[in-house]
Amino acid sequence: MPVAELSGVTKRYGEVAALGGISLALERGELVALLGPNGAGKTTAVRILLGLARPTTGHAAVFGQDPASRKARLRRGALLQVAKVPETLRVREHIELFSSYYEKPLPLAETIAAAGLGGIENRLFGDLSGGQKQRVLFALAICGNPGLLLLDEPTVGLDVESRRALWARIRGFVARGGSVLLTTHHLEEADALAHRVVVLNHGRIVAEGTPQEIKARTASSGLEDAFLAIVGQSEEMAQEVMQ
Amino acid sequence: MNAYWMEAKCEFLKTARMRSYSVSTILFPLMFYCFFGLAMGRQQMPGMAMPMAHYLLATYGAFGVMGAALYAFGVGIAVERGLGWLEVKRASPMPPAAYFLAKAAVSLAFGAIVIALLFTLGALFGGVRMPAAQWLLMGGTLVAGGLPFCALGLAIGSFAGPNSAPATVNMIYLPMAFCAGLWLPFEFLPKAIQQAAPFLPAYHFSQIALSILHAPVHGAVVGHVGALAAFTAVFAGIAWIGQTREREKMYG
Ligand SMILES: Nc1ncnc2c1ncn2[C@@H]1O[C@H](COP(=O)(O)OP(=O)(O)OP(=O)(O)O)[C@@H](O)[C@H]1O
Ligand SMILES: [Mg+2]
Repeated sequence: MPVAELSGVTKRYGEVAALGGISLALERGELVALLGPNGAGKTTAVRILLGLARPTTGHAAVFGQDPASRKARLRRGALLQVAKVPETLRVREHIELFSSYYEKPLPLAETIAAAGLGGIENRLFGDLSGGQKQRVLFALAICGNPGLLLLDEPTVGLDVESRRALWARIRGFVARGGSVLLTTHHLEEADALAHRVVVLNHGRIVAEGTPQEIKARTASSGLEDAFLAIVGQSEEMAQEVMQ
Repeated sequence: MNAYWMEAKCEFLKTARMRSYSVSTILFPLMFYCFFGLAMGRQQMPGMAMPMAHYLLATYGAFGVMGAALYAFGVGIAVERGLGWLEVKRASPMPPAAYFLAKAAVSLAFGAIVIALLFTLGALFGGVRMPAAQWLLMGGTLVAGGLPFCALGLAIGSFAGPNSAPATVNMIYLPMAFCAGLWLPFEFLPKAIQQAAPFLPAYHFSQIALSILHAPVHGAVVGHVGALAAFTAVFAGIAWIGQTREREKMYG
């Protein structure tokens, strides 16, 4: 049984087809990166696996359960892009609160260490820097000791050093047997972390494989060139289909 | 169980540290009571059955409790819903009811704080004297009267945008408080307002509180309780529509 699964999922918002039928399975201990230009449908796919949106057609499951079910939520952690997090709670209080939602949370000290929040756990959230805030959100994602992490652009707004530190934490989570689905615009991030890369464009999967396979497929030396080539090809194909 | 307790505790800490909330819910009613209730002192106003300090204790109590509930729910939910935080919580295993119960508990707790301070002012400087049982009954009634306004706040918070919510709450809260006779005694208001007041939940709330002071009230207390129950049901229904609309938008 895959840890997370989308099969033949479409999602329409009125006229907009955010997802045009994608199938994706995430295995235990696997890290899959979802790449794609703005509006490709990455966040939509994540929201469906979080039970925050329902597929228009097709099927989604997390640990074999409905993504909105309590069973699924207990075994999953998420980092979403959020415009405003309550600022008048301390870091420690935020973590204690989210830990209380889970049945077997990590000990507080362990979460604080794993998210790199040592020394700032008593600060108010509103007093943190952007990178520190992002680390708190990562702490909230892992505090329940989940088997699956869904990370929507987890390193957005981080400087190089913080980004690498977060990569190390994500790798640590995978090394302990966790599965991760992350979306990113940083291709080197996918290259550095992912076992498998899935490229979305206009709500469809246009390429899938290890970072090496993706690069080999377009005879590109870097993932960035490969990405542009693949997205470009898929645009041409779409135009041909239209004509 | 722990999740419910932690949710309430964190909600309380979070809210208490928001200066905008503490100031508008605690300071304003106390300040108004000092201006109108204490400054006009113990004298008997013409056409009133009791000194201002007594009458206004009940009505500013109602005013404070309403504010605590309307800001916590109306503004709190609009902001957390509109700026994505509620979604993060919904993706987590938080028991969905914990969120709303915590907000209700915190609204009532702040209501109780306002009432305790107001009563202290009234007893020390307003010359208000009552048997202990009557103080307790009045305090309990005032605090419990926050619940219909939690429902009203929930209804506002389920529709209002994060930026417009404070203005929306004020636009409903302040005129309603005035027209229901919470700022100045009901008898002093223009006739037209007096006739429209029964359409305001705040009017029924204040009439119940005044009845405990043995002030002459308009209509029967049971009728006011029934009216508040009906308002609560309507507000809860509106909130339910808002939450359903939100879910349909999400599930599209
Ligand atoms: N709630 C919604 N209502 C209407 N349209 C939506 C909604 N959510 C997403 N869409 C549309 O669906 C498409 C896919 O959006 P999505 O957010 O999944 O893209 P994305 O790949 O995450 O993009 P980005 O890289 O910019 O984050 C876009 O065209 C978007 O406008
Ligand atoms: Mg996105």
